[in-house]
Amino acid sequence: MIRMPIPLEDVVVNLLRLANTKLPDDVGWALEAAASWETNEIAYSQLGGIMDNMKKAEFTGRPMCQDTGIPVFYVSGKIDASIEEGIREGLKKATPLIPLRPNTVHPLTRKNSGDNLGDGMPIIHYRPTDGDFTEITVLPKGAGSENMTRLAMLNPADGADGIKKFIVSAVLEAGGRPCPPTIVGVGIGGTSDKCVEMAKEALLRPTDSVNENDEERELEDELFTILNSSGLGPMGLGGDTTVLRVHVKTGYCHTASLPVAVNLNCWAARRATVRIMKDGTAEYRQ
Amino acid sequence: MITLYSPMNEKDVRGLRIGQVVHIKGTVITGRDEMHMRALSSKKAPEELNNSTLFHCGPIMVSDNNEWKVIAAGPTTSARMNSMEAEMITRFKIRAVIGKGGMDDRTLKAMKDVGCVYLAAIGGAAVSLAEGLSEVKGVIWEDLGMAEAMWIFDASQFGPLVVAMDAHGNSIYKDVNAKVKRTMERIQS
Ligand code: SF4
Repeated sequence: MIRMPIPLEDVVVNLLRLANTKLPDDVGWALEAAASWETNEIAYSQLGGIMDNMKKAEFTGRPMCQDTGIPVFYVSGKIDASIEEGIREGLKKATPLIPLRPNTVHPLTRKNSGDNLGDGMPIIHYRPTDGDFTEITVLPKGAGSENMTRLAMLNPADGADGIKKFIVSAVLEAGGRPCPPTIVGVGIGGTSDKCVEMAKEALLRPTDSVNENDEERELEDELFTILNSSGLGPMGLGGDTTVLRVHVKTGYCHTASLPVAVNLNCWAARRATVRIMKDGTAEYRQ
Repeated sequence: MITLYSPMNEKDVRGLRIGQVVHIKGTVITGRDEMHMRALSSKKAPEELNNSTLFHCGPIMVSDNNEWKVIAAGPTTSARMNSMEAEMITRFKIRAVIGKGGMDDRTLKAMKDVGCVYLAAIGGAAVSLAEGLSEVKGVIWEDLGMAEAMWIFDASQFGPLVVAMDAHGNSIYKDVNAKVKRTMERIQS
């Protein structure tokens, strides 16, 4: 196969299209697994509807959800200053083309920019690493789940118990609003800003990945069991499937602090990655 | 499977009970935060609101040769409209509110008083739901932007929707919440 290098903005359009129209396989499997153990009839019908919609989106090339969100970009590898412009132009082009819903407004006037850009948009995190390729990952984040984000600056004395209580309340109080079944991103440690950032980054992990850290994995499993026995269910209409996975990410923090953050992702847990090679060709994956 | 013909009347609505699954045929209008605010502050609101089936949704629309087409249309979080919906229902005799996540007690009471139901659409199932809306009849208050404008659809087979709050004061969310509260209490103790 001969691959032609294409301009960065078009790579970004392709990346956004992939993320918005096709759910990563691991999320599809997690939904199927959930449907296989679901005992509540309404819940089962909701999961069926979700999977039906997922297939239709992929087949028709339409965004699976009308809230195409705020795309959060993570750039790693070889990074130069032109990348930001490429991402901006790509997002601008993708908005009418895919189409994406114009979602960005000024926070005070609420005026919509119409092209998903604006001061501070899009959000891009840079992690330069060695290597002669550049990777861009996009996480389109809808408001339904993003609005349910919680941060607590706990006391160190609150310990593991306090952490668990806070996470469980954050997910259950969100109810049906973040479109459960959700993937729960948890950040523990860092400073307040770092903690929320880790919670969001935890959502990038595929749902079929295994956390190598024993403490984190045990916490994930325990929270998964508690949350799914709560009865909240898909869309908050009751059932056995409230979360698809819990992903925990930790980092060192101040000896007098215990920050905990919860960032939820809806069932439409969209993400896609592209690796741009030295010769300008691109490889996409999810 | 139950098919409801919209606009509905009070009797159709009072016949529904929580847990039933329905589809809608007929007129469906959309409205979110901004549309609610404008409707309630207008002296002369559009008559499309009367007896309407109101979908909490900010769809993705495209204009094809001056003809609007709906690409994706899933429900948005209804709770954002909690402070306004009871008045909307009372003033415009709204017969069905469609959304996700449910609404508060004040809304539930207005639904009982006026004869209105809350129908839960599958959050994020935007392609399937858009398919059922089929035809765009028009748009009002387009200046509010694509997501906030009032779109008017002629639905052929819109659903599936679960009756989650009925006109008799019942709410699936209340039942589920009672159960969820027990988990909360268990972990808090
Ligand atoms: S929470 Fe997710 S699935 Fe639900 S409407 Fe928002 S983006 Fe779509």
